[in-house]
Formats: sequence, structure tokens, C-alpha cells
Amino acid sequence: MARTLILAFEPSEAVSLTGFAAQLQQPFDVIFLTGQAPADIGAERVFVANLDQVAPADATAKGVLSLCEGYSHIASVSSMRSKDILARLASLLGGAMVTDVVSVESNTVYKRPILAGSVIATVEVLQTPVVLTVRPAGFSPVSGNDSASEAVTISSESVVTVVSQTSRGGLRPDLTRAKVIVSGGRPLKDSETFERIVGGLADRLGGAVGATRAAVDAGIAGNELQVGQTGKIVAPELYIAAGISGSTQHMAGIKDSKLIVAINKDPDAPIFQVADLGLVADLYDAVPALQALIGS
Amino acid sequence: MKILVPIKRVVDPYAKVRPSADGSGLDTAGLKFEINPFDEIAIEEAVRLRERNGDIEIIVLSIGTSESEEQLRKALAMGADRAILVETSEVYDSPSIADELAAQVNEIRPDLILMGKQATDDDANQAGQMLAALLDYPQATFASKLTVQGSVALVTRETDSGEECLELPLPAVITTDLRLNEPRYIALPGIIKARSKPLDRRPPTNAPKLRTRITRYELAPTRSAGVKVNSVDELYQALKSKGVV
Ligand SMILES: Cc1cc2nc3c(=O)[nH]c(=O)nc-3n(C[C@H](O)[C@H](O)[C@H](O)COP(=O)(O)OP(=O)(O)OC[C@H]3O[C@@H](n4cnc5c(N)ncnc54)[C@H](O)[C@@H]3O)c2cc1C
Repeated sequence: MARTLILAFEPSEAVSLTGFAAQLQQPFDVIFLTGQAPADIGAERVFVANLDQVAPADATAKGVLSLCEGYSHIASVSSMRSKDILARLASLLGGAMVTDVVSVESNTVYKRPILAGSVIATVEVLQTPVVLTVRPAGFSPVSGNDSASEAVTISSESVVTVVSQTSRGGLRPDLTRAKVIVSGGRPLKDSETFERIVGGLADRLGGAVGATRAAVDAGIAGNELQVGQTGKIVAPELYIAAGISGSTQHMAGIKDSKLIVAINKDPDAPIFQVADLGLVADLYDAVPALQALIGS
Repeated sequence: MKILVPIKRVVDPYAKVRPSADGSGLDTAGLKFEINPFDEIAIEEAVRLRERNGDIEIIVLSIGTSESEEQLRKALAMGADRAILVETSEVYDSPSIADELAAQVNEIRPDLILMGKQATDDDANQAGQMLAALLDYPQATFASKLTVQGSVALVTRETDSGEECLELPLPAVITTDLRLNEPRYIALPGIIKARSKPLDRRPPTNAPKLRTRITRYELAPTRSAGVKVNSVDELYQALKSKGVV
């Protein structure tokens, strides 16, 4: 019973959770819902479902339910999709749930941020099994030998019809795994300006693009780019914030960045209280100028 | 058609909340409390649906102490028809909230449950999905657009990589995201006027069965201010010396 099951919606998610799984000090297995299994993550059993696409939450939660039997811990990387599906799964299992785990104190005690990341709560789990979504930034991946993979079938019969899907990933790295992120806020005016200024510098650095809620609400950037309390949580080596005031909600998403650079024309902007390097300047001058220097 | 909107009273999302001195709780003395912003979006959406589709009864429900009456009154002022306060001073976690909501749904029998995707205090993002599981209803989380035609809901929902459009048979649970709407502003006189709308108090159906418990609160480590550079050149040199460009 003391055994962990990692649910990997994307193949790379399994690797990001090996460090977390190791801290539980019990054997772990992994289910790859889509894609092929990477080798050497130390899983005792490797299940491959080979789905073309993950079905809506009602179907997927039901579909993986029987595979969760016999596990004390079921974990995924924190994402909108994992929260959608795993919370439903936790309820079907009659289990407990902890979202956005940032540290493991013991197999029944975890830490997670609350109140837009301003407070850390220690959560004690009172029920088995426990379903967890984990923020990988706090856990270093470990490697080990895998067993051969076994095929599993996950039914995807849903009462919900998927009418359409838009994926705006593009060629840039994924925000949650990017080493460099350039983000822009409200002053970027429109999506063309945002793309030219913020996207331009990001591409020069081989990085991803992020945005504040204000920029997303205004239609300047896509919703999948929102960083913060209710958007994506990022942890790059370099985070460049251009025209971002530094609200608590935005900071909640960028606290784990190694180096934060702020470019803002207001010397009193709160972002300067947390930035490692601050430049008081108009972003329309400073960002293209920085891009030009990096190019040379 | 009946829409149920469960709402939570939360501390002002813009306030600085600190753990109490012994770390056993949160110090919220003197701070304002509000409707969880995502729940407010849910109320607004229910009201807009009624404005478009007509003939919809909107019921708001909160599980909590009598203090939550303040938030229920505001929801009534926004346009809800009646309110239910499941009055309790017990501590709940998301699964036990879902349990109680499921019991209430079995009595109220709404066609649609619209609720926030997460509460800005615990940031858990669980209750809606758990409620949908308990009721065996379909769910659409993170909704940014909603239309209802007959017994079908069309939902555009935000995803990790963009968005998708789902068609759900009702009854269903839909959780709201920021882009769904901008809630209307309600001035104090509106809230006072809504006092004549019914607010029913009832005890919880069952005592909460906790699956998790918070044992300690601590301030998150904060970052401190670094240095200000004076020019783009200086910024570039600093980045170069740190080896990140
Ligand atoms: C429930 C809830 C959830 C939320 N979730 C999130 C979230 O996940 N992520 C998030 O980001 N926000 C979130 N917010 C919103 C958050 O509170 C802020 O409103 C938002 O982050 C502000 O975005 P901004 O910094 O782009 O805009 P503003 O606060 O308006 O800041 C713009 C900044 O740009 C500067 N500026 C203007 N022009 C220029 C120029 N030409 N050159 C340089 N600088 C310039 C200004 O000095 C200012 O500091 C949430 C809010 C709530 C209530």
C-alpha cells in the first residue's frame, strides 16, 4: 500500500516528479497517458496508455480510477489539466488532496503556498490515499533503472463533447520549463506591440514569453501566458519583467526565479523591491536596446 | 431553470495577511472580507445568463459562520434571487465542502452549478471538481465563456496551452476563470435594498469529515531588493557577468 503512482499527462512530467517521488522513500510506478516513456527514471512499473489526446475530466478520472487501486500516493505535476482531473479523481477515490505541494515533510505532511504565495501552510493528510499536484521547482530529478513498459487501456468515454481546441504553443519553450522568460504587462498596448517588444527579446534569448493578468485581460497576450497566483508558476534562471508593477498575485508566480530583472518607468514600482536588477526606464526604449546589445 | 452559486467569504485578496504569532492560524484582525473574486464572477455570470435567457432562478449558498451573511447580501444585491446560509463554525477542507454542497444540491436540484475555480485564501482549486464527481455530473473548469441552450451548456475554457470549447449536458458543474466577465459594481444602497430578499439559515446536513488539516502557517520567504542599474548598458554588463546572456 505504501506506494506512489505518478500520472504523467506529458512524458516529460515523469522526470520532473522523480525527486518528489524519491523523498517519499517508497517504490513508485508511472503511467504515461500520452507519448512514449523516457528511460531511467527509477520507476518499478511503467504503464503506457498511448492516448492520442487526454479526454475530458469525467472520462479520464473514471478511466484511471482502477489503475489507482493499491496506491497510497497519486501525484502529477501541478497544471490546469492536473487540477481539473485529479481533484475529480481524489473525490472518486474518497481520498485526500493537496494541491501545489512545494515540500515534503513526511509521507503525510506537506507544505504548500496559500494566499497568493504570501503564506506557507503545513498540511497534514488524514486520509489514504492522497492525491497530490506538485510544483517540480523544489525537487531535483533523480535517475534510476526502469522496468519494461506495460501497455494499459484507459477508456475515454465522456458525456462531454470537445467542440474545438486551440493550442498556441508555437515554437517558444514551455513557460513552466523555460530557462529564460521575458514578461510584459499592461503598458504593452496591443498584441502586435507585445509580440514585437516582449517576443522580440524573448526570441533573442531563446526564451519563453509571459504576461500579467492585466495584459491578458486586455487581449494583449493569450491566457496561457498568464503568470501568477491563478496562472502559471515559473522558475527560470532569468525572468525579465517589462512594464509590470509587481502585484502580490503576479509575484506568486515568479518567486522561484533565480534572477529577476525589472524594467519599469516608475522608480517606486513594487517590483523593484523584489528584483535583483532594476532599471528605471521606458520599456519601449530599454527592451529593444537590450535586445540589440545581446545580438551584437 | 435553476442555477446554484456556492460562494465563500475570503479575506480581501489585496490585503497583507500574516500568520498569528504562534503559527496556529492567520491574523486577519481589522482586515476586510469579500466574496471570493472567482465566486463573484460566477454570480455575475448567472445574472447575465438570466438577462439573456430569462426565467432563471439564482440561488447563492455559503457554508460558514453568520458573518458570511454579509457576502450573501451582496450576492443578492448583484441579482441573486435567494440565499442559503449553511451555518457552521466548524473547519472545512475542500472535500468536506464538496460533501455538504452535494447534500444541498440533492435538495435544491439546480440545473447548473456555477462556482469559482479556486478561493483566493486557500488557493486549493478542488471543490468544484469534487462536487461534480460526487454528483456524477460533467464538469468544465476555468470557464472564460458560457452559453446555455436548452439543456446544454457550451463552455470555452482556458487550458495550459490555449483554450477549448466543450459541450456539456446539464446538470453540470462549471468553474469560473478571470476572463469570464467583470462583475458589476454594487453600491451600498443596493445592498441595503436587497435586504428584503429571502435568506434562509440552516444547519449543515452532516458534520465535516476532514481529509486534511492545516497544522501550521508561516510567512513565505521573501526576496529582497537587489541593485538598480543606471542604463541599458549597465544592465547588459550585469547580465553578462552573471552568465545569463
Ligand atoms: C483573484 C485575482 C487573481 C489574480 N491573478 C493574477 C495572476 O495570476 N497574475 C497576475 O499577473 N495578476 C493577477 N491578478 C492581478 C494583479 O492584482 C494585478 O492587477 C496585475 O498583476 C497587474 O498587472 P500589470 O503589472 O501588468 O499592470 P499594472 O499594475 O497596471 O502595472 C503596469 C506597470 O507598468 C509600468 N509602466 C507603464 N508604462 C511603462 C513604460 N512605457 N515603460 C516601463 N514601464 C511602464 C507602470 O509604472 C506600472 O508599474 C489577480 C487579481 C485578482 C483579484
